[in-house]
Amino acid sequence: MVDGLDRMMQFQAAALSLRSQRQELIAANIANADTPNYKAVDFDFAAALKNASAAQAAPATAPAILYRTPSQSSLDGNSVEMDAERAQFADNTVRHEAAMRFLTAQIKTMLAAITG
Amino acid sequence: MSLFNVFEISSSAIAAQSQRLNVVASNIANADSAAGPDGQPYRAKQIVFEAVATANGQGPSRVQVARIAEDQTPFRTIFDPKHPLADENGYVNMPNVSVVEEMVNMLSASRSYQTNVEVMNTAKNLLLKSLTLGQ
Repeated sequence: MVDGLDRMMQFQAAALSLRSQRQELIAANIANADTPNYKAVDFDFAAALKNASAAQAAPATAPAILYRTPSQSSLDGNSVEMDAERAQFADNTVRHEAAMRFLTAQIKTMLAAITG
Repeated sequence: MSLFNVFEISSSAIAAQSQRLNVVASNIANADSAAGPDGQPYRAKQIVFEAVATANGQGPSRVQVARIAEDQTPFRTIFDPKHPLADENGYVNMPNVSVVEEMVNMLSASRSYQTNVEVMNTAKNLLLKSLTLGQ
């Protein structure tokens, strides 16, 4: 029973964990917007989530960190593009909240089933 | 909970940007200081940022101030024979501070500071929302 509950929430939990990791990476990109030679990082969310949900009960491995390809080069070798980063940050925030709502809805569904 | 690391990362950027603002303030304040403690005109200072990985060398990085370098461009010379520090030809060495560059630096620092405060606020809101999960 507890295992079933756990399995039901596993997908959203993995999504939530990956979202917060991505939030951290984008925050680091924004923080280093003025650091010379800093290269903006990110990971492939779809691949990472597929990996995490395929792993099932086993602890998911950390997603592979990739470097962004900037659309314009800069003189100091920094590849952070503030507009793109802020857009990704906002996007990730909304999707993080969405994952939390899905999880809440699942919990409520199970609570309704328990309380009858 | 990796969202807590956002606070660490953004606050390091905020600290670095405020130090940059300090350097800008020093440069602008001393734009006309013809003699410093060593008798030489004031040299403009430039801040150098550096990324420091939070974990295993990969992934998110904090910002830290690597060093504060002195601008090695030659001093600005002005012709003012009445100046007490003028040489025999009437020229005075003045600091190599470019006020226009410093103003641009200041704007850039203040914008970056604001952005990082916003990032911290967003992370805080997400964490607060995750506290109400399942309610």
